[in-house]
Amino acid sequence: MANFLVWVVWIGAAFACLASALAVVSFRNPFYSALSLIGNLASLAVLFLLLSGAFVAAGQVLVYGGAVMVMFLFVIAYLGDRSEESPWSGGPSWQVVGAVLAGGAVLAEVIVVVGLEAGGLLSKPAHIGSSFGSPEAIGKLFLTDHLLAFEVTSIVLLVAAVGGVVLGAHARQTESDARA
Amino acid sequence: MHGPDIQWYVVLSAILFATGALGVMLRRSPLIILLSIEIMLNSANLLLIAFSRLHGKEDGQIFAISVMAVAAAEVVVGLGLIVALGRRHVDLDVDKLRTLRG
Repeated sequence: MANFLVWVVWIGAAFACLASALAVVSFRNPFYSALSLIGNLASLAVLFLLLSGAFVAAGQVLVYGGAVMVMFLFVIAYLGDRSEESPWSGGPSWQVVGAVLAGGAVLAEVIVVVGLEAGGLLSKPAHIGSSFGSPEAIGKLFLTDHLLAFEVTSIVLLVAAVGGVVLGAHARQTESDARA
Repeated sequence: MHGPDIQWYVVLSAILFATGALGVMLRRSPLIILLSIEIMLNSANLLLIAFSRLHGKEDGQIFAISVMAVAAAEVVVGLGLIVALGRRHVDLDVDKLRTLRG
């Protein structure tokens, strides 16, 4: 019974995920695309929960669905209405054909690899304790085995913040140049 | 693992990645290209977490959190560039950006 419920939740989340991803790619107005990306991120958080990644799911909702998407929506509102005329007519038609072929190649490749099942290695999930993926376990790993990744990530974020400020200041400067 | 085996997650993540890649290749608005890149990063995250569950180690989740931080940094810089473009009243169309100089 529990297994059946997990399947129901999984199928619901997976379809929500795929539908909202298609919506992101096909909406003409970037505002609607950003809104459907929030749905995509939320349904991915459900899938993370099914994989016992409680902390990552919470981080996904807080960091992505909260902070990053609010920034996106602010920028889209700031830039105003810039809907494309026709979203699929970018460049010559061989570009569209090539893109669809490339996307299909990625899909076919992965599905063939899954079909081969990597020598049966994919079918036996490990047994895990109840604390798997909890904030406590993740924090302990971050501060012991993965301390370097933790520190490097903080530097990356700092550099990005400085870069954002520099880009904004530069834009302001050229704007006043144009006005003068 | 109750519920679906890892193969389902791999296929789902592949479809998501292909969708994001199509968005990057077909759309011309840099905003939607950034959103499609987020889809691709998230499909990679899903795969990392699925395999971390398969192997019973949390290292994949650590990797996923690092990917989220890098994605946030990438969005900051990308949106900064787009705002700079918008302030110069350049058309937000990646096919026309080859004439952007100085």
